[in-house]
Amino acid sequence: MRINPDKCVACGNCTYVCPVGAIYIDPAIRRATINRDECVECYTCFNGLSQEHLNPVFVRTLRKTFQLMRLRFDPEPDVCPTAAFEPDELAWPRTVRRAFSDPRVPHESTGVHGRGTEEVKTNDVSGRVQLGEVGFTIELGRPGVGVWFRDIQRMSWALAKAGVAFEKRNPVTSLMSDVSTGTIREDILGEKVLSAIIEIKVPVERAEEIIRTVWEVEKQIDTVVALGVGARCDEHGEENAVAPILEKLGYNLERAKTNIGLGRATNHAASEARV
Amino acid sequence: MTNTLHRFGSAESFADDYVVFAMCARGRNDQDALPKLRKFLEMAVPFKPVNLGDAIHGGALRPSRQMDPTAHWNRDRALNFQAVINGLDSPSTVAAVFDNRVAAEDFVKTAKAADLGLSINISTSVDGAEQCCFAAGIPRHSVGYSLGFEGKTERLPAGDVLLLSTMCGHGMVSHSLAKKMIDWVKEGRRTPEQAASYLTRFCSCGVFNPARAARILETARTKS
Repeated sequence: MRINPDKCVACGNCTYVCPVGAIYIDPAIRRATINRDECVECYTCFNGLSQEHLNPVFVRTLRKTFQLMRLRFDPEPDVCPTAAFEPDELAWPRTVRRAFSDPRVPHESTGVHGRGTEEVKTNDVSGRVQLGEVGFTIELGRPGVGVWFRDIQRMSWALAKAGVAFEKRNPVTSLMSDVSTGTIREDILGEKVLSAIIEIKVPVERAEEIIRTVWEVEKQIDTVVALGVGARCDEHGEENAVAPILEKLGYNLERAKTNIGLGRATNHAASEARV
Repeated sequence: MTNTLHRFGSAESFADDYVVFAMCARGRNDQDALPKLRKFLEMAVPFKPVNLGDAIHGGALRPSRQMDPTAHWNRDRALNFQAVINGLDSPSTVAAVFDNRVAAEDFVKTAKAADLGLSINISTSVDGAEQCCFAAGIPRHSVGYSLGFEGKTERLPAGDVLLLSTMCGHGMVSHSLAKKMIDWVKEGRRTPEQAASYLTRFCSCGVFNPARAARILETARTKS
């Protein structure tokens, strides 16, 4: 993303909307400027701000006049008055930033918009997580901190060392040069993204071990982690296998997404009616 | 993706937050899914959702590419559900957001009766979803628990800010803007409803809950 300096009027609205705080008013040029190292190419500035198409010279003159008189205009805070944001032509490896940060862009590896895959949301159709199993979504960088791929690799290395299998149809897995070791291709290790999700599945008996592994890596990386844990319910809709383990580890289970089991395979090639 | 799962807050804080969403599984029930997804959205409207959205095109309140300058004085904050329904042009995750359990329960009952064959999920408190399933006579199939945020949590902002910003799980609602809106409500520069509408426009899949946001902003007004 770039900001056209001929259009920008330094109103500052965009500095607040950037999820990673990468936009600032450069005092030397009096224009909004993007720190390209920190920018994750999420396009929030371009897609989220409403756009006016005012004359930049006119707006700057008005702003200067107001400033001289110590008056403050109170405009809407979610507007770029001169439509100054202009998407760049991104090249590899910077394209990775956008793929993991702009949810409107689908991953080629999964076909799913966003950073993960279907996980338990379609478990009633896919049968991905069965009774006796637990699925983990380990999301690094969320909320609003961001993560470098070199830190994602620290997590994937530790999990691979623990002998887990990474979900194949997952964007992070698709960028591993060696899935058996969790090694991520070298040319993207210096890329920062808004967040990325590592997905694995293990027997319930290993749930505590995996969480303790994640805790160890969290101490070594400079970001936050959002852990999601998926489990299959029994025929009565009860889930008593995984929740007690999580509670024993000190987690309060406040929120969840619940698959209510109304899905079924309907494609001509899909054979199972329900899993 | 897990865009509705990791909302910050206690179970009680989700009493006005029920996200019911539908999606198809790639290669299993994605053929002819588009009319079913559209039907899902249409069925939600009579239950008065506070937002409606699809993961590609956005929610019921969107930014404008050609904003009229007079909008600074008379901004339209009306939710446009029909735009969401009409704009759905390819299979996507579609969502309806409700601010009360009764509406969510009634919608789930309707979705069950419609038998669309899509995977339908409820994202709210663990108990809230269980109650919805019980009311509809549906045993839960699977559950995905949020364990919250951990690691370098010192890099996160205050709780009031997180309550707002994490309602867009994709991170499109920045902590800075959420904090600014709290400040603007404190200063009396905007009402909680106006401030919530600014935040809502940044959510690119329509799962942001403006009713919950307005309540959080009103509560934050008088807090230190």
